[in-house]
Amino acid sequence: MQLTLWTYEGPPHIGAMRIATAMDGLHYVLHAPQGDTYADLLFTMIERRNARPPVTYTTFQARDLGGDTAELFKTAAADAYARFKPKAMIVGASCTAELIQDDPGGLAKALALPIPVIPLELPSYQKKENWGAAETFYQIVRGLAQPRRGAEVNPRSCNILGPTALGFRHRDDLAEIVKLLEGMGIAVNVVAPLDATPDDIRRIPDAAFNVVLYPETAETAGRWLERNFKQPMTSVVPIGVSATRDFIAQVAKLAGLDADAALKAGGSRLPWYSRSVDSTYLTGKRVFIFGDATHAMAAARIAREELGFEVVGLGTYSREFARPVREAAQKLGLEALITDDYLEVEAKVAELQPELVLGTQMERHIAKKLGFPCAVISAPVHVQDFPARYSPQMGFEGANVIFDSWVHPLMMGLEEHLLHMFRNDFEFNDKAAASHLGHGAAKPAAAPANSTPPAQGGWAPEAEKELQKVPFFVRGKARRNTERFATERGINLITIETLYDAKAHYSR
Amino acid sequence: MNLPFRAPSSGGCNDIPILRERGQREVFCGLTGIVWLHRKIQDAFFLVVGSRTCAHLIQSAAGVMIFAEPRFATAIIDERDLAGLSEIDAELDRVVNRLLERRPDIKMLFLVGSCPSEVIKLDLKRAAARLSQTHSPKVRVLNYSGSGIETTFTQGEDACLAALVPFSPLPANGYVPPLLVAGALSDVAEDQFRRIFADMGLSDVGFLPARTAGTMPAIAPGTRYLLAQPFLNDTARALDERGAIHIPAPFPLGAEGTTGWFRAATDAFGISESKLRAATEAGHIRARLAMEPQREMLAGKRIFFFPDSQLEIPLARFVSQELGMEPVEVGTPYLQRAHLAQEIGQLPAGTMVSEGQDVEKQLDRCRAAKPDLVVCGLGLANPLEAEGFTTKWSIELVFTPIHGYEQAGDLARLFSRPLDRRTRLGV
Repeated sequence: MQLTLWTYEGPPHIGAMRIATAMDGLHYVLHAPQGDTYADLLFTMIERRNARPPVTYTTFQARDLGGDTAELFKTAAADAYARFKPKAMIVGASCTAELIQDDPGGLAKALALPIPVIPLELPSYQKKENWGAAETFYQIVRGLAQPRRGAEVNPRSCNILGPTALGFRHRDDLAEIVKLLEGMGIAVNVVAPLDATPDDIRRIPDAAFNVVLYPETAETAGRWLERNFKQPMTSVVPIGVSATRDFIAQVAKLAGLDADAALKAGGSRLPWYSRSVDSTYLTGKRVFIFGDATHAMAAARIAREELGFEVVGLGTYSREFARPVREAAQKLGLEALITDDYLEVEAKVAELQPELVLGTQMERHIAKKLGFPCAVISAPVHVQDFPARYSPQMGFEGANVIFDSWVHPLMMGLEEHLLHMFRNDFEFNDKAAASHLGHGAAKPAAAPANSTPPAQGGWAPEAEKELQKVPFFVRGKARRNTERFATERGINLITIETLYDAKAHYSR
Repeated sequence: MNLPFRAPSSGGCNDIPILRERGQREVFCGLTGIVWLHRKIQDAFFLVVGSRTCAHLIQSAAGVMIFAEPRFATAIIDERDLAGLSEIDAELDRVVNRLLERRPDIKMLFLVGSCPSEVIKLDLKRAAARLSQTHSPKVRVLNYSGSGIETTFTQGEDACLAALVPFSPLPANGYVPPLLVAGALSDVAEDQFRRIFADMGLSDVGFLPARTAGTMPAIAPGTRYLLAQPFLNDTARALDERGAIHIPAPFPLGAEGTTGWFRAATDAFGISESKLRAATEAGHIRARLAMEPQREMLAGKRIFFFPDSQLEIPLARFVSQELGMEPVEVGTPYLQRAHLAQEIGQLPAGTMVSEGQDVEKQLDRCRAAKPDLVVCGLGLANPLEAEGFTTKWSIELVFTPIHGYEQAGDLARLFSRPLDRRTRLGV
């Protein structure tokens, strides 16, 4: 039994819904009690979908438990077929239905519907949403994929696997990658599951190779296709400039193309923006990164190699991908944080005192609470993660988007210099209100310093006075660092000396 | 200004035909009530004993990644618990101990049953008694079920309040608290009601639930009670068992509903008409004034209610009687006839009331009826908007203060705003 205040992932049948909702002509009959229909609102409200997810819930109640819940399932499945006329159906159970063991797969088979019916076994008390999505997609591919029709395969053809409903920027990533592949002269055979029909799934083996955009949802299916249809798959996820370049090289090799043309044609503003002098202040900014495995690992590489940050923490809630994340962290000299308990993440952020947090919506809340800048890099999704504008994370345009969205929460370089130069100016301090708000404006409430002063003594008056000369936006950090420094060394009274000793210590 | 001050018409067509349906239900389960109950009882914690689905439901329904640290959580049952590899009682005790250590501010803990806990027959009543003993007197541990197999949406509040009733204090020396109001109200409405009751001479009025665990209202045999919400079947039964006496009344929505509700109290206590008038007339007039512009926009418009909170029938009464709207179909997840007698009686003749749901068939009826406004849950709203319907999310009618005179205009605006928006948009 696990105490959970908030969860990064839903149960595995939500993953199955993300696949079903992404596709056309597929219907999901879910054996589930009343109330599980809440899941529809994830799609209609968060993603603003204009149609209900193609899901029929059996909606059993307590009074049905003594009776025939199996019959209820059969009626629901037969009615769903009659009403929606899907081209294929997936059937399964949510957590409660799993306990009553009605065997939706067997019951649906007994109905002898004239369409493929794919049973799902998604252990709710063991697995979670992303696993459920990957398993569902794999079962659908396995159930529907047909052997290649022609003997000839176009070597410059691929499928794009992974984008789902309710995915973090999947819509725009897909557009970006399709453009990139087509620009290289590669034909996209099938995109799945997003907007794919069961017939499209049948045609997947016609392509020469697979682009696995999101390993969390498509790696299982990709590996199966690799084994059974000799379709190799990509292993690089094109998030960031270097990763996009590596992706192009990998795809070019798989398609038997020369990568040079594509590498020359495509470009991102990120490299120049990062080299421009204004970005000097980004050097060594301490960042904490947490998200799904794919986005967290990509973020770590971008942060280090493309923005010159220092990664001080890296973690994921995707236990299935704990190993690669641990390896990535190890390369950075870190120990990866593998957890689905946000309180643990919060404690880590508080301990590390980063200058930027890259995380999920939950880390955004954590960062806000602790007073750190933050950018969102990963699911779980929020209505804000479906912006009206084109906003991919992948490809060269994705790198541009990432540069902007990570750098904007930070104090801009020139601004930081000005603050240093004018910090003693009478209008330029924490007590003065922003000039554009007029003289009557109250100053924003300062975040309470989360400080643990040394057991006795505390700050000497002259040290406290010196601290006030530190620019207000880093004063809290200077105070915390100095106090930590003093506590660790058993210094009872913080003097000016201690303040500068601590400064020297932390600027190593 | 002297606006007509109508008494509710008695009798009416209480024999309205009811369509009963079963099939897929597009409603929340009772766990959802935690979203407002934890805001209402400020030192209570709600621990759902359930699955990851339960945790996901509550965080999705609350629409948030919760602010500071929420006063609700889920003890997620895992395969070890199910396989009997771990002693489930000991596991629960461990989780509760950890929780209470972390939150020393908690005075009342609800163990909330879920579908999985019901199916595996986890005895939360026994667990609550055991844990209460361990943590008493600091923390009182209670239990109720919010499971979807037993409750829809607001029935979770009913189950919670019913669990609270036996623990309400019995006053010493034979004192009988005169009046209790049952049903979670927004604090602002509760304070307004308290003032109006005081103006009528009823200064000792208890509200269930109270805002803190230590101030739950006293109940004695002979205490009379008014229901502020229409979904409190089990709570009413628990109050009856304590010897409390129900005052039949309409529900305090809109000017007429609120006056009818107060009138039921004054009738029960033999308070004069003039005292009732003095205490309520100004509010009644303000409410009608506030509703006037909305009435202009809404009169004659046809409205269709999908089942959600059991507030549908009082709301249909409100929109028809006070805003001049025409209810086409009024769906309710569960029809509590006894408590709704006065409301049903005031629905226009020919209104179709449906109980339960087969969402596909109901959508067919809605499309055929082409109402001007559809009141429905979050799963249906955007799809219906995309089909060209104007919708109002029903959940807002539960989360927003809507009871009483001063909120009548706000309540009316919840119905008019979607239509208003349609007329403004040029894209």
